[in-house]
Amino acid sequence: MNILVCISKAPDTTSKIAFTNGNTQFDENGVQYIVNPYDEWYALVRALELKEAQGGNVTIITVGTTADDAVIRKALAIGADDAIRIDAPATDAYFVAMQIAEYAKGKGFDLILTGKETIDYNGSQVAGMIAEALELPYISIATKLDVAGSTISCEREIVGGMQEVELQAPAVISCAKGMAEQRIPNMRGIMAARTKPLNVVAPAALEALTTFSTYSMPAAKSSVKLIDPNNLDELVALLHNEAKVI
Amino acid sequence: MNLVYINSANGLSKAALETVTYAKKLGADVAVVTNGNAAAELLATLGAYGASTVLQDAGVDGQDPSQLVKLVAAAASKVDASTIIFSHDLIGKAVAPRLSVRLKAGLVAGAVALPEADGSTKVNVFSGKAFGFVKVNSAVRIISLLPNSIQPEQTGGNCSTEAFDSQAGSSAITIKATKKPEGAIPLPEAELVVSAGRGLKGPENWGMVEDLAAALGAATACSRPVADIGWRPHHEHVGQTGVAIRPNLYIAAGISGAIQHLAGVNGSKVIVVINTDAEAPFFKAADYGIVGDAFEVLPRFTEAVKRFRAAQH
Repeated sequence: MNILVCISKAPDTTSKIAFTNGNTQFDENGVQYIVNPYDEWYALVRALELKEAQGGNVTIITVGTTADDAVIRKALAIGADDAIRIDAPATDAYFVAMQIAEYAKGKGFDLILTGKETIDYNGSQVAGMIAEALELPYISIATKLDVAGSTISCEREIVGGMQEVELQAPAVISCAKGMAEQRIPNMRGIMAARTKPLNVVAPAALEALTTFSTYSMPAAKSSVKLIDPNNLDELVALLHNEAKVI
Repeated sequence: MNLVYINSANGLSKAALETVTYAKKLGADVAVVTNGNAAAELLATLGAYGASTVLQDAGVDGQDPSQLVKLVAAAASKVDASTIIFSHDLIGKAVAPRLSVRLKAGLVAGAVALPEADGSTKVNVFSGKAFGFVKVNSAVRIISLLPNSIQPEQTGGNCSTEAFDSQAGSSAITIKATKKPEGAIPLPEAELVVSAGRGLKGPENWGMVEDLAAALGAATACSRPVADIGWRPHHEHVGQTGVAIRPNLYIAAGISGAIQHLAGVNGSKVIVVINTDAEAPFFKAADYGIVGDAFEVLPRFTEAVKRFRAAQH
């Protein structure tokens, strides 16, 4: 089974979020980048488990510049066989998805996996866009994934519950918690990752459909109002009269 | 024309009414496209929220996003839509990106407000720690609206419903089983949420969380460790890796407020934190705080809510 796992870099969860250049750019100063957790913990690790059980190949792909090579090596250290970097800055979800679709077209991947969203732009867009571009079925936000022959079984989130579904490969799946457990790369993996192939591919000629014009920070929270634990009537009154939420 | 996709298979959700209201506030006439076989009388009630036409394809069950994208694309072409609105719920997240590619129309994913004067639309970024303003460079735009971003509003009006054969083809997805707790309020749509964490010490103590939720008419939620150790079902887990919610009121008992938990709830309008530890980081994100034992505070809170409700009647 040949699996393509789409990964993205994302700022570490504890990064300070700030903007620069008149609030038009994310301030990368001091930001530590990691592999987007949904891509790594769930999509990549589940792909590796399927490969270990059934044989095949796991390729990771990202759209980015040389600045992304560190997170690519991290994903290789966890166990991917080879990596593709489409050599262009990731401008918007459409641009990224179409570049990946353009690369994947005709290469016979049985599964294309992504995380359910990135923790920076949270759009949950790329997987669905790849699926449409390649005219493949798409399971959005799957929490379980199994493959038997060409039959894919998934558990997916639906509004207010869960659903077990089946479909035929090839397909695109976006992956969420429940699918696999995080793997910490060992020294052997880290050493091996240095020599695994990282193929840099020229981007297709494409335009983004959206741009972020500016960013802003939420208004600072005024400090917490402490309520006497023996006077819950006061809290209820505040929630009604002041906060107007009940 | 603004086109709204709604899923009416299980009735009209609050999220559906929000999207119709949003489309109406954008200014142009509003057409709605839906799948499933909801009664025409039910769909006609969308007129009150601003819809003038509802196109209904009863032949599409709504389980396969690749069918839904064909349905919405066919409707967009029929009504010549310039803006297409989805709820940024599980269906919208699956279908809107596909439609973006199909129509080559830019997608604003997870809008939290109406567009600004310069045409950009506000979305949450960095897991709710900041906002971004997205501009769409294409003639047609798609907006998926984060639930609980605006209130449904009745402006009065009538609408016609029309059977619509979108030629969406057959579903590529076979449903083997559906697990859906009856009667529960879906967390992302809930306006009031009562949540608890490891501070409750065991699943047998959740009765007092449910009591407060029942008194308020709220949904229940939990922190990640609680779902991981199996005290509560995974679909109740809110936070970075679970569900992100933005209710009007989020009450957290016995949750310390790790950054990953805050990422899932920082869109809440008002946050109440109950914790024995006055130094718990959650208090920094709270509007109201109670330093006290959840085992004593929750039952008193429930009683206070009941007194308040009784006095209202």
